[in-house]
Amino acid sequence: MSTQPGREVGASGPPPEQVGLRNQARARWQAVPALHRAIFSIGVAIAVGLLFYFTLDHALGFAVLTVAAVYWLRRLAFYPRVAGEAALVLVFLVFGPRSLAAMLAVAFAVLTVPDRQRRWVLPLVALAAAILYPFYQPKLFTIPVFGVWPDIATGVYMLVFIMMAVGLNIVVGYAGLLDLGYVAFYAMGAYTAAWFSSLQFPHQTFHLGAVGIDPHLPGIHITLWLLLLLAGILTAVTGIIIGLPTLRLRGDYLAIVTLGFGEILPQIARNGDSLFGTGFNLTNGPNGITPLDSLGFGNHLSHWTGGFLPSNYLTCCKASYLGHQIQSTDVFFWTAIVLLLITVFCSLRLQYSRLGRAWIAIREDETAAAAMGVPLMRTKTWAYATGAFFGGIAGAYYAAFKSATFPGDFYFNISVFILCMVILGGMGNIAGVIVGAGFLAYLNQEGLANTGAWLNTHISVIGNLPPVPGDTGNGLDVPLFASGIYGAIILIVMLFRPEGLIPSRRRAAELHEGVHDEPLYDATHAGAEA
Amino acid sequence: MAADASAPSLSARLPRPGLISSVGLLVVLGAVALLVKNLTVSPSRFVEVTLIGITTGCVYALVALGYTLVYGILELINFAHGDVFMLGGMFTITYATSIFGLHHGQGFVIVPIVFATLILSMLSCGILNATIEFVAYRPLRGAPRLAPLITAIGVSFIIQDVGLAWKGPNYVTAPDVFPHTKVFSFGGVDYTWNKLIVVLITIPVLMGLLYLVQRTRQGKAMRATAQDKDAAAMMGINVNRTISFTFMIAGALAGAAGLLYSLYVTTVRFDQGFQLGLIAFTAAVLGGIGNLPGAVLGAVLIGLIQSWNEGLPWHVPGSDWTQSIVFSILILILVFRPEGLLGERTPEGG
Repeated sequence: MSTQPGREVGASGPPPEQVGLRNQARARWQAVPALHRAIFSIGVAIAVGLLFYFTLDHALGFAVLTVAAVYWLRRLAFYPRVAGEAALVLVFLVFGPRSLAAMLAVAFAVLTVPDRQRRWVLPLVALAAAILYPFYQPKLFTIPVFGVWPDIATGVYMLVFIMMAVGLNIVVGYAGLLDLGYVAFYAMGAYTAAWFSSLQFPHQTFHLGAVGIDPHLPGIHITLWLLLLLAGILTAVTGIIIGLPTLRLRGDYLAIVTLGFGEILPQIARNGDSLFGTGFNLTNGPNGITPLDSLGFGNHLSHWTGGFLPSNYLTCCKASYLGHQIQSTDVFFWTAIVLLLITVFCSLRLQYSRLGRAWIAIREDETAAAAMGVPLMRTKTWAYATGAFFGGIAGAYYAAFKSATFPGDFYFNISVFILCMVILGGMGNIAGVIVGAGFLAYLNQEGLANTGAWLNTHISVIGNLPPVPGDTGNGLDVPLFASGIYGAIILIVMLFRPEGLIPSRRRAAELHEGVHDEPLYDATHAGAEA
Repeated sequence: MAADASAPSLSARLPRPGLISSVGLLVVLGAVALLVKNLTVSPSRFVEVTLIGITTGCVYALVALGYTLVYGILELINFAHGDVFMLGGMFTITYATSIFGLHHGQGFVIVPIVFATLILSMLSCGILNATIEFVAYRPLRGAPRLAPLITAIGVSFIIQDVGLAWKGPNYVTAPDVFPHTKVFSFGGVDYTWNKLIVVLITIPVLMGLLYLVQRTRQGKAMRATAQDKDAAAMMGINVNRTISFTFMIAGALAGAAGLLYSLYVTTVRFDQGFQLGLIAFTAAVLGGIGNLPGAVLGAVLIGLIQSWNEGLPWHVPGSDWTQSIVFSILILILVFRPEGLLGERTPEGG
């Protein structure tokens, strides 16, 4: 609605969106009368749905029809829309999976809320849905192609990676600095948690608030709550140390230097079982550090809150609410939500703060920003340190959840994986980053395997593919190709929708109009504008 | 134009040049002292390791030139280049074994076979690289600079998976056809033919490249495009075609490097290209990116450093730390001397 007037103003000249194949096709599509478009696309949806229903998978056919129905119902006037949506919900309530009916009902209700309130209602509903997720997850329907909804452990993984993506978004999305070594911060956080809450240093004995262990156990055992903060701070300091000499470099050189650090730190982790031949065991080498102490609030706090805060996450949870026996994974899940909320809150508050505006200024034009008195080095270092801080916390929390940290977890792939999350969702937009990161983390943990299984069973061409040389079994081993799939996602998003799925409006404008820190040759655009 | 963006604050914040150069001098002196000590401990080992280093350096040089060519013309770090090199190795193995039936112990027949494989492999990689440019980088020519860089990473991962799907997750072995007989002996160390062949193939390719860039019309177009694309276009140079041509040349060099690597080392795996590509990129930066002789110099230096580190007997960090050393060099060079050893052009931030 709000974009409508803008479009009409832009229509006087050649609209800038029509550059590029995709936008031209879209413009031609928009020129067709609305009714024809509707009839055509509904027809196509029904045809595709029927095709899938009869050839591949009944559920997939229904899914296509449902998505098409929801899409076109959204475009009707208010009363027919509500009636249609109610009918759709009713259909699923009677025939189909009831959980889908409930989900659709909630979604429709949220979407009916006026725009102004929806900005608050939508995140709140999403938050409530996330908090209640362990209670209704077993009752959810099976998604066609993707299989069952992710379990709670995957949920923790998703939340941790969302946290890292939100952290990286500060560096890449806000400040426009490409960081290809974010995995170094993840590793730093994980190792900080591991060093100070395990048997890694058996010659020291130091206990501070650790739960669930013998108080005379050797090694350093500090409560993980403190360690999360410590990990964040140490990682931020690492970020500053890395950043100070390198942030003078711009763009691609900075990217390659961060990549270098992202390779060096994990190598130190891999080789750190006898550092420089001194025999000092810093990281326990390829065996990693395990186990870590348990997370928990201790008996005092637990009693004081009437057992609401569990004293020890691993041995907690005998209670049962709403027909669901609380597991320790659930508690980790809820804690991750709280950590993510803190991250998102800080990120949102930073976005339009003085610092955040300085980041945007640097991103858009470094020279102009410097001329306006933005201190380049200090601002960039802050971006780097802030991003690193959250990466460190996420890494420490994930290490605590797994109760282990291995150097094999910290490869360059992970850096690109997190970068892919930020790009897919939309650089600079928190909501986009959350959605993109959640989806990709889910894919990585469960989705790809499920999708692969579906493809192999339902499409005989794929199921009968010869195995990759050196591998066993026919069919496509989808998780094996994970990194290539992320590469393809990066490529497709950058080529066709560089602003991401849920773009920040400002970033989209930059990416389409181009913000150049120097004149760049551009034959196609120069020809189009002349 | 790029350099003056942060120039005022930069000069104030940089440590004084005296300090940098003295610290740098100390580091280099320490390394030299370590080398001299190793030389005295075991001279024959030193010579052997040095010769291996020069051979590795030649392969790196071919890859590094590809990075330098592309960076010179587009200011883009083509992350996919190392993976094109890896595919070059796979092309070589496929062509040599399934088309020409190359195998161990064939005598002099291998000379035309290796030559034909070299041509085919260079052609395949050249076309592949030009295609990558057309599909992934050309549509982003007007976008912010980071956009094609991010795309390059995506392409790199895709190509790795192509290699994975094609040849599987394990090492692919090439026939060991280069003879291991000695050319000459030096202090009890044999210099074998397989090392010499690598050098003998590299040098003509390098000469050809230098001739192409410095003497031909197309080379002049490349240099003009690298300097100023708008002006080049006004002079009637087809900029897009020149860029495609550059990518093709870079790909061909990667193909040649792939052949040498696969036949000299005799194993290739789908994920080796990226690591080696980064090392080669370091070499290009060390020599001064955009500078062709610099890339070769840097590559030989990196090859030597890697080889010394992995092979010398007396108190060297060893192969576990090769990557860290190479990347430390990269970081130090970028931070303290971004124009590289021979760099004529001033890269970003310098």
